Amino acid sequence: MSDVKTDTPTSSFRIGDSAPRPDGIPKVKGTFAFSSDLWHEKMLWGGTLRSPHPAARIRKLDVTEALLIDGVHTVLTHEDVPGEAVYGLEHADQPVMAAEVVRYEGEPVAIVAADHPEIVRRALAAIKVEYEEMVPLTDPETAESVDHIHPDGNVFRKINLRHGDQEIQGDVQVEGIYEVGMQDQAFLGPESGLAVPGEDGGVDLYVSTQWLHADRRQVASCLGMREEDVRITLAGVGGAFGAREDLSLHVHLCMLAMRTNRPVKMVYSREESFHGHVHRHPAKMWYRHHADREGNLVRVEARVLLDGGAYASSSGAVIANAACFAAGPYRIPNANIEGIVVRTNNPPCGAMRGFGAVQTCMGHEAQMDKLATALNIDPVEIRLKNALRTGDQLLTGQTITGTAPVAEVIRTCAEHIPSYQESSDLMSLPGGAGRTADPEHISRGEAIAVGFKNLMFSEGFDDFSSAVCHLEGGVATITCACAEVGQGFVTLAQQITREILGVEEVVLAPAATETVGSAGSTSASRQTWMSGGAVQKACEEVRLQLLQRLAEEHKVSVDDLVLVEGQALSLNGDFSINIDEATENPLEARVEYRHAPTFPLDENGQGDAHVSFAFAAHRAVVDVDPELGLVKVVELVTSQDVGRLLNPLQAIGQLEGGAAQGVGLAVMEEVLVAEGNIRNASFTDYLIPTALDMPPVEIAAIIEQPEPGAPFGAKGIGEPPSISSTAAVVAAIREATNLELPRVPVRLTDIVSIEEMS
Amino acid sequence: MSNDFYTLNVNGEDHQVADSWAGESLLWVLRERLGFPGAKNACEEGECGSCSVRIGEEVVCSCLVLAGSAIEQEITTIEGLSAEGELSDVQQAFIDAGAVQCGFCTPGLLVTIDHLLEENESPDDLTVREAISGNLCRCTGYGRILEAVQIAAASRRGGKRE
Repeated sequence: MSDVKTDTPTSSFRIGDSAPRPDGIPKVKGTFAFSSDLWHEKMLWGGTLRSPHPAARIRKLDVTEALLIDGVHTVLTHEDVPGEAVYGLEHADQPVMAAEVVRYEGEPVAIVAADHPEIVRRALAAIKVEYEEMVPLTDPETAESVDHIHPDGNVFRKINLRHGDQEIQGDVQVEGIYEVGMQDQAFLGPESGLAVPGEDGGVDLYVSTQWLHADRRQVASCLGMREEDVRITLAGVGGAFGAREDLSLHVHLCMLAMRTNRPVKMVYSREESFHGHVHRHPAKMWYRHHADREGNLVRVEARVLLDGGAYASSSGAVIANAACFAAGPYRIPNANIEGIVVRTNNPPCGAMRGFGAVQTCMGHEAQMDKLATALNIDPVEIRLKNALRTGDQLLTGQTITGTAPVAEVIRTCAEHIPSYQESSDLMSLPGGAGRTADPEHISRGEAIAVGFKNLMFSEGFDDFSSAVCHLEGGVATITCACAEVGQGFVTLAQQITREILGVEEVVLAPAATETVGSAGSTSASRQTWMSGGAVQKACEEVRLQLLQRLAEEHKVSVDDLVLVEGQALSLNGDFSINIDEATENPLEARVEYRHAPTFPLDENGQGDAHVSFAFAAHRAVVDVDPELGLVKVVELVTSQDVGRLLNPLQAIGQLEGGAAQGVGLAVMEEVLVAEGNIRNASFTDYLIPTALDMPPVEIAAIIEQPEPGAPFGAKGIGEPPSISSTAAVVAAIREATNLELPRVPVRLTDIVSIEEMS
Repeated sequence: MSNDFYTLNVNGEDHQVADSWAGESLLWVLRERLGFPGAKNACEEGECGSCSVRIGEEVVCSCLVLAGSAIEQEITTIEGLSAEGELSDVQQAFIDAGAVQCGFCTPGLLVTIDHLLEENESPDDLTVREAISGNLCRCTGYGRILEAVQIAAASRRGGKRE
């Protein structure tokens, strides 16, 4: 990565530059206020009592003894919820606190506010709950046919996608059943926030989240309050990756603050965090691929079953992605895909980086390798042969009108010659510090995978972002409710503003529901396009206002003026004025930005449901000790379609970081659920890649083909790195071991059979 | 609750800790009683390194240290790595290399890396990986962090990359 600019130049950072993060200095100084760092005078601490059972009837709930403890200010249950009893991102079906039944282990049952977290813990322990345990529904395969565990039924959504000829057979057919385990987002900053009761009867909530306005809608509904009386401000977010798209402690905090009339802070422990947010849907997938003798895909049949857990969350959107992108970025004339996501008593699942597409990529890429083997064609060649191009149709019948450099990402990734220096240190072998692997036994594997996903919200959703640009005295202030979760939108907002207004100083106002309309969710790789688009539009309007003002005041033509380096200049050099002087009287624009409309899927899963698509390929090299079942991911190479590169340094961060989450899913990350109970709710037992686990990620190519209709031609880049990375790593392990390995994460016992071990 | 107080030396200054509970961790006391929120609370079980601080010459997970056991020792937190308005070479390198995303792991990593470079001014890739393997980062995949360490190490050696 020697071509990346890493100096901190003093000149202004515009579009295309590796601008530094505006929050970089407070973050390295330790002064950046994360939501868990908040403090308020007379603040109380909140806590949550959770169900130890995945399915049970609540026979008795007695908080009397907890209330008697010195230092306890209030204990609240479902009876105290002032408004709607349930909430949800797409569909309100999740209780604020359980009433008669609990449907997953960890479901909130009661909440407490007290003077000190230790008193909170004692109070929670003093609450008496009598449960009548029920047999939990834990097998998603049976969910459709057994008794409903929720009034809304056991099927969240079913999609029967039928495209083209439903009967046609290929000369060659390959079949497989694949599984993906439940992954946790494992952001580092725990769920946390501070609620402050307002003197006006409203409430102020400072919280880490991905979508302030969707939170406000749900919180207000559960509090029985008007939306304008619930004021939510983004507090520093320690990562999100989808897990903060749903509510967690939001309503609880507000209820405690309003009941006690005191500010209340709550911070989840890591164990509680594993129970307190949704996970990536575990998947079971069956595929049958048909191809002709030359390797051209003829038809794909698939059934994708996702376990949605106890409540809906974003399951509907996840299964739509899983169905629409089930067969990967290939030209496939005929398809029959059944996608179904069901309710169980397992932990609720929802958004995680690349949702729906991550699971199916593992399946369709394994199938492409099987097809290559069956036809004796090179795996790269068969992918190139079938690669989607602009003008091709998706399985939904939608024609891709934007850029689709699928062949380019595959080819550049496959051809890249790594510069990584192999280490001869035994520490680099599988097993690492254990130094247990024998170099003689190591088997190396290498494989490629490619994946894709939609950008932004699909299926006719009214997807928009809002922004305000205020220019005064040469200083631009941008107000946008886009949740900065670490991805670097704040950097980009400054770059866009500098680019358009030619000013150096760009202030970012806090993201809050009070000052600006919704920015939509920081998810679905959408904020660069959507909130980037809103900031661009707001700045363009202010720019035009300024040029018109100057044209009127100084008798120059608007078309002759440019804004650059803090000045407004006429192209012929006759006129110039400093922007700070020209904007002593402020200018302001308040805008909403929408992407091109999308449409719902019809009963055959057909329709122009998506706006745009982004593609990436990964090539993985792994070392395996087949006797010990140990795997070391040696290297990853990636190429990605970005539309246009807006900030090279931040883009690399997304490509490397997303790949790390893909490596994790491939070889180590799984929320282990037994009879509905999470068995590894800690960083001791749920492992995410450390610096020793993570290989170098070499970027073979960043493909820049500007996307029509996208602000600056740029596509979102956050999710593609997490899609094909998992598939590439597991394929490389298959190469090294000659095992089928139909499930991720690949476990030691998948490589070494138990019989061999004993 | 105790009416006694004890004294902790944090970043070169003595701080009195009053009315504390016996079981409070050093992390808790730093963050909630003494106003040093830089050390973070990502797991509070000694696995993630986000709470890393220095006690004397040792980097520890402050969530696993009883606050009362850290008396009469020099505690250094992220807030003590550079003076107000200044950045240490490692802090600057983190910004320049793009090693910061959400920033939650950043303080712990900086404390760990500052200590590493004090002991070894030319750590190779594997040495750095091992040194920071107790500090989890979920955003970056570590690539830019490793780059930042090499930038900082080079600047300490007078600007030469090895």
